[in-house]
Amino acid sequence: MSTQTTTPRAERVTHSLVRDVELSGGAGTLALLTLDNGLDHTKPTTLGPGGIAELTAALTALQARAARGEIAAVAVTGKPYFLAAGADLTQVAGVRTRDEALELGRSGHAAYRLLGEMGVPTFAYVNGLALGGGLEVALNCDYRTVATDAPALALPEVGLGLVPGWGGAYLVPRLVGIEKAMDVILTRPSANKPFKAKEAFEIGLADALFEAPDFLESSIRWTADVVRGTTVVERRELDPAPVWDAVVAGTRKQLDAVVHGSRPAPYRALDLLAAARTATKDEAFAAEDEALADLIMSDEMRASVYAFQLVSHGKRPAGAPDPKLARPVTSVGIVGAGLMAAQLALLFAQRLGVPVTMRDLDAERVQHGLDYVRTTVEKLVTTGRMSKDTGAKVLSSVHGTTDITEFSRCDFVIEAVTEVLGLKKKVFAELEGIIGPDTILATNTSALSVTEMAADLAHPERVVGLHFFNPVAQMPLVEVVRAEKTSDEALATAFAVSKALRKTAVGVADRPGFVVNRLLVLLLGKIVEAVENGTSVEVADRALRPLGLPMGPFALFDLVGPAVGLHVLTSLREDLGDRFPSSPGLEKLVAEGTKVVLPAPARGIPASVDPAIQAYFGTGEAGGPGALDEAGVLDAVLVALTTEIGHMLDEGVVQGPEQIDLCMILGAGWPFHDGGITPYLDRTGYSEKVLGRRLLPDGIANVPAQVA
Amino acid sequence: MTVASKGSGSRRTVRDVVFVEGVRTPFGKARPDGIYAHTRADDLAVKAVRELLRRRPELPTDRIDEVALAATTQTGDQGLTLGRSVAVLAGLPKSVPGFAIDRMCAGAMTAVTTTASAIAIGAQDVTLAGGLEHMGHHPMGEGADPNPRFVAEKLVDSTALVMGATAENLHDRFPHLTKERADAYGVASQAKYAKALANGDVTPDLVPIALRDPQQGWGLATADELPRPGTTVEDIAHLKTPFRPGGKVTAGNASPLTDGAAVSLLAAGDVAAELGLPARMRLVSFAYVGVDPEVMGIGPIPSTEKALAQASLSIEDIGLFEINEAFAVQVLAFLDHFGMPDDDERVNQYGGAIAVGHPLAASGVRLMTQLARQFEQHPEVRYGLTTMCVGLGMGGTVVWENPHHADYSGHTTTDGEN
Repeated sequence: MSTQTTTPRAERVTHSLVRDVELSGGAGTLALLTLDNGLDHTKPTTLGPGGIAELTAALTALQARAARGEIAAVAVTGKPYFLAAGADLTQVAGVRTRDEALELGRSGHAAYRLLGEMGVPTFAYVNGLALGGGLEVALNCDYRTVATDAPALALPEVGLGLVPGWGGAYLVPRLVGIEKAMDVILTRPSANKPFKAKEAFEIGLADALFEAPDFLESSIRWTADVVRGTTVVERRELDPAPVWDAVVAGTRKQLDAVVHGSRPAPYRALDLLAAARTATKDEAFAAEDEALADLIMSDEMRASVYAFQLVSHGKRPAGAPDPKLARPVTSVGIVGAGLMAAQLALLFAQRLGVPVTMRDLDAERVQHGLDYVRTTVEKLVTTGRMSKDTGAKVLSSVHGTTDITEFSRCDFVIEAVTEVLGLKKKVFAELEGIIGPDTILATNTSALSVTEMAADLAHPERVVGLHFFNPVAQMPLVEVVRAEKTSDEALATAFAVSKALRKTAVGVADRPGFVVNRLLVLLLGKIVEAVENGTSVEVADRALRPLGLPMGPFALFDLVGPAVGLHVLTSLREDLGDRFPSSPGLEKLVAEGTKVVLPAPARGIPASVDPAIQAYFGTGEAGGPGALDEAGVLDAVLVALTTEIGHMLDEGVVQGPEQIDLCMILGAGWPFHDGGITPYLDRTGYSEKVLGRRLLPDGIANVPAQVA
Repeated sequence: MTVASKGSGSRRTVRDVVFVEGVRTPFGKARPDGIYAHTRADDLAVKAVRELLRRRPELPTDRIDEVALAATTQTGDQGLTLGRSVAVLAGLPKSVPGFAIDRMCAGAMTAVTTTASAIAIGAQDVTLAGGLEHMGHHPMGEGADPNPRFVAEKLVDSTALVMGATAENLHDRFPHLTKERADAYGVASQAKYAKALANGDVTPDLVPIALRDPQQGWGLATADELPRPGTTVEDIAHLKTPFRPGGKVTAGNASPLTDGAAVSLLAAGDVAAELGLPARMRLVSFAYVGVDPEVMGIGPIPSTEKALAQASLSIEDIGLFEINEAFAVQVLAFLDHFGMPDDDERVNQYGGAIAVGHPLAASGVRLMTQLARQFEQHPEVRYGLTTMCVGLGMGGTVVWENPHHADYSGHTTTDGEN
């Protein structure tokens, strides 16, 4: 609902400022209400209890003026760049009792419904960002205009464990139809893809689209035309019941296939949408209040807000040295020209805007890497995601060579060669004879020891780990690894580079697998262990559904590549011991190159395990004394994850559980409603049971015990 | 006549230039509590340009060959090559060029005559010309660093750079132009403006401007802020004389400090015909003349004489006058010179800058926009003129012909001959 959340703070009260405007052509007086928190554009307007109270008072006064015939219309707009960014999440997540939560919904409805019961036509001029409760202000009005430069219109509530509960769930399907409403309320939030102004206009969320330079003037002129009746806005009829019900049923099926009941919010939203066709406004708004109250008092919602805050604040990395220590990076070297290396070359050229030299052993490999860069840039240019000039600039800045001495001019060299320690050490040793004494050496290793990699160098302090995730362009996380001798300068440079690459950097210690791979591969290891012990692969594949991960374990295996998964699992087992299981079955699968999943049943629905691979594991058949049911597999995985997180915190892999959660959210796509993972382990009792303590303090990412 | 474009190096022939449309923002009080206190100067011009184009949908925007915008102070929100930056901000095609121009109070007038000249020789077909001045953001003379030689070598009188002082100098030079006559003129200006407003002669040329005030929220400016309807001679008889103790120039007989913008659309006669754009005035002649800076207010006299001479017209041929009222005494000097009465009904029928305000470089196009409307109301008038005095001792005059007049000479069309 909001983009603004911090640790609890006083509400930034949004004021409702009203001025009268004379409409042209004798259409009468327009009362123009501006939502404005009196702060600049870095502090988006949000709606908390104080702001809602002011809005209610202002709209009540306008209703009286309308009744007296003093005004012909009411319009609501926002301060520059914002209509409103939604409810004040900090306030929402601070609610202590269900009654309080219920009141939050009711007070919003009480304010907003005045917009639909004004006695004169009401208009929203969506001049900028309109999210959640901000967009619902507009939805409750009779008419809406939107500025071409409004960056985002969205109802992101479901993604935050809520529902659009200030009228959105009722009004959207009636306004744009049930099918598009599903997109607005369910699909877009989970894809984190808000509507642009033009799209919002096209699907009917807005009635008129006006250009930015004189948006307000155009909106007021349009208002006069509507009030005078010279412009008439046609509203669509309600979708017929069979259509409505079919869309709801189809969506419910899709939801079950993806969410598997792991979180309540989308289901509550779907129930509201299902009822919106026949419910009266009073009934619908009351149902929204109840849904909001239940969800606000849910751990899933609290964990979502915690996760949202982590992600929003992750851009200021914890544990990074003084950014002033960072060295300027004016020329980047990339060792290797494989897929990872080529992706890195493109990213560095694109975001840092510096010359990038990519080097591999033979001309063919180099050409292969350059071809990847070229075809990717061409694709970006032809699809309009990159300008032709930028494309040309990026291509001209990436240079390929087989001559390692060309790295002599680089001040930052990152290696992306095969994950073999000896090979990487050899590369670094060779480089040290070529590069300048201040050049930073980075490694993109995913599981090898950075400290060992640097051990034999004359200047090990310059070596730092920079672990990117595949696909590099899309994945927002970088694990920045501090090895034993890494200097503050090298580390600060790595953080600065990550920032310039627009990645979220998390500082991690040089421990095997760092954060994401250690937990992700452990999870996969526990799954195959269960299967080796006789658990059905289908049971194992379904077992983690209560977590609501983006895909099942075997689909994940398929995504990372079983060979890579096995390699990391083996390497972690060597370093960390048999908490990381061995699996002969997996080795055989990899050796034979067998695919582990069936084709995905439909777009957007994750693939499930191919039952045939059962033959590779254990006895080759499901069953036997070691076989687990779904609950058993889940328990084994959660115990293992909790144990491992305990070790990781003891080892100081990261500063605290928050960084583990941030890594799992951004590096593995683990869901907001689990808060990453540690809030889930706390609320399910695993951290108490396994570690004898909570991971996060009570109330940070859950409903505090004393009020639940 | 059409632009001679056939054959390389062929000579061009002069084309007619017509005034198609003019709009202005409501004029605001240039003070911290004025309507535009929180509005950018360039945004005023952007909105005027967009309104102009909205009113002329038949004009393809890529046919605009130039955007010339004037401001007296070209820094801050009036900086960055106004014509070009406003063109970009207004969403005109990137192919449309623009420039900034300055002749103090005659900025917009000079934008018009300069681009009109380019149209006349066939270098351009359609131009936007206007000016803006946010005197609240840019007090007169802001940032100026007058060359010390002005005073050291007595190139100009020390009063020459203070416009109010030059108005006092005019009273000195013409003692019969008394404070009482100036006050009466100022009161009449207010009355004429009020009447024009009531008659619906003012509002149609205004561009509504959205106003944001952090304390009050958004509003909309739809009317001039400065006029004081109902002002009487008694009301202003004892106002302060800020430019000279015991002087004659007061807020009652001078234009107030103002924020505003005005923009016009000009076209070659034949191009207007081709695009179906109305010709509301035809440019006949124009002239700028310098005078002693310390009596800059007499500038319109020689510039008018020169412009009339060019057109082989005499003052008797002019049926409507739009003269900028920087100061009442400066208008009186003009009328006195040409033997016209103080209340000549051909002059400033909608009142003038004393009532509505004078956002320096914008005013020239306000005069033209108003004259164009008066031409429609007075088809019996064939010629009119717009004139203004200019700081540092200049006058500017543009003579216009009324297309609504029976004997209208016509403007060039695509057919060529006229």
